[in-house]
Amino acid sequence: MAQTGALGDKIFRAVLLLAATSILLIVAGIFVMMVQNAMPTIGRFGIGFLFGSEWKPAQEEFGALPFIYGTLVSSVLALIISVPISLGIAIFLVEQAPKGIAKPIAFMVELLAAIPSVVYGLWGIFVLAPFIREYLGPVLQGYLGFIPLFQGRVTGIGMLTGGIILALMITPIITAVVRDVLEAVPTTQREAALALGATKWETTTIVLGNAASGIAGAVVLGLGRAIGETMAVTMVIGNSPQISASLFEPANTIASLLAANFAEATDRTYLSALIEIGLVLFLVTFVVNAFAKILVMGVASRNGKAA
Amino acid sequence: MENKIRVSNLNFFYGKAQALYDISLEVPEREVIAFIGPSGCGKSTFLRTLNRMNDTIPIARVAGDVIIDGENIYAPGTDVVALRRKVGMVFQKSNPFPKSIFENVAYGIRINGIHTSKTDLNERVEKALHDAALWNEVKDRLNTSAFGLSGGQQQRLCIARALAVQPEVILMDEPASALDPIATQKIEELVVELKRDYTIVIVTHNMHQASRVSDRTAFFMLGKLIEYNKTEKMFQNPDDRMTEDYITGRFG
Ligand SMILES: Nc1ncnc2c1ncn2[C@@H]1O[C@H](COP(=O)(O)OP(=O)(O)OP(=O)(O)O)[C@@H](O)[C@H]1O
Ligand SMILES: [Mg+2]
Repeated sequence: MAQTGALGDKIFRAVLLLAATSILLIVAGIFVMMVQNAMPTIGRFGIGFLFGSEWKPAQEEFGALPFIYGTLVSSVLALIISVPISLGIAIFLVEQAPKGIAKPIAFMVELLAAIPSVVYGLWGIFVLAPFIREYLGPVLQGYLGFIPLFQGRVTGIGMLTGGIILALMITPIITAVVRDVLEAVPTTQREAALALGATKWETTTIVLGNAASGIAGAVVLGLGRAIGETMAVTMVIGNSPQISASLFEPANTIASLLAANFAEATDRTYLSALIEIGLVLFLVTFVVNAFAKILVMGVASRNGKAA
Repeated sequence: MENKIRVSNLNFFYGKAQALYDISLEVPEREVIAFIGPSGCGKSTFLRTLNRMNDTIPIARVAGDVIIDGENIYAPGTDVVALRRKVGMVFQKSNPFPKSIFENVAYGIRINGIHTSKTDLNERVEKALHDAALWNEVKDRLNTSAFGLSGGQQQRLCIARALAVQPEVILMDEPASALDPIATQKIEELVVELKRDYTIVIVTHNMHQASRVSDRTAFFMLGKLIEYNKTEKMFQNPDDRMTEDYITGRFG
């Protein structure tokens, strides 16, 4: 005798399975297509593509290094600025703020995430860049000018501006994930610390210890976001493929290069080079995000909650 | 002898809901007091008023006095951190920190700055583990994660952690309710053992446990203290009819 709803369950399962596998197929499809289209330059330049430092499409010279460098430095700069701020906000929201204050602040932070990238870019050009040129740059040079990072001419457009914009953009996501991770830490951990005579601050360190791998995950997730961000960075980073020690100098990132040049790339080799560098970006973000997910999942399962 | 804890006319509210009504009771030093009563009668709430753990609940409100060693712990300006160091707590579900066995016990010693040297710290950790009857089981794996211990061992680790900061009173909220009979027996033996040095208040749903470990028993119902007496008297010849009914299991 057939069980009630057995057929329905079977169909339901099949549909879900289809949906789940289609995602895998899409990702695999993108990857294969990119590799195919990048074949001309992969074949011609080999591994040297990653380490060349000249990017001159007219002369068919394609070195990805300045873009990889710019992507990594601007992203790490964004993390250095954003992580302490995000942690501070999340800790405040979960451990300190009365409910009446926490709600509106959390809402504001989430709102930041909803602002379109191009708006951040405009703000970067019209507010942040002049601010860096007039105030922040001279001050940094005044006090820290002996460090190569802060030498050179301050135009307001460059690596630092890109990093700050990115920091703003990834702060909401890092804050939101850290907040979730902190909330997942059981109250009994806080009470255990308090019962031993821990202060508020000491209790918070216990909570952070519980959440450590989840926080690491949030940071890596933010890194993934920063690496892939395009529009706002294109608008403020200066789009100049050079490797310079100074944060005030213009630079360029992979995502920004693609956004700015894809439309006019007609030559087959040039197109192939762009796709290959896109492939690099794809692989890097894929690995970074997978890593982040694993870290965040670790915390949730340790605390007996599903992610 | 001066009583260790003196509670008078304690009322407790969660927002508008009153959870404790006019509780008065005294706890002599170095005795074990058991709190019994049906679920939801306020045992945990009352226990948590004794180390101000309820401070963490925003809607909680307390009226009345809790006097420990002659000092009202609800007086303005009370050092809650110092209070909690003096009045330790063990919870229903064991809650070790995600650290090694050693670091779990060392934590309270460190944050309170009790130790004088590294050797002193080691000795204190060892002593606390001895006192919690756990040393022999963990002495070869002090640096492994506390989560690798069994449920009963984790609970004794939490007791060791509480003992390490040298409290004078230990509050235990159903410390054995998640444990098997053998682990439970270990905890009970431990409680009787600890009575030599500490004043202990223990919440339990197990009548036999109350009669085995405690000197006095307090019976609560619906937020009221119905009867508070020597445990022998309570279990043989209680003053109150309701106590008798509850102890003999005549109502749920
Ligand atoms: N955080 C809270 N907020 C609001 N009400 C609460 C809170 N904690 C407990 N209560 C209420 O206070 C009353 C007493 O609860 P309490 O936990 O002290 O009971 P208990 O005797 O410990 O019960 P059990 O034996 O089930 O642990 C119950 O009615 C409960 O619903
Ligand atoms: Mg309880």
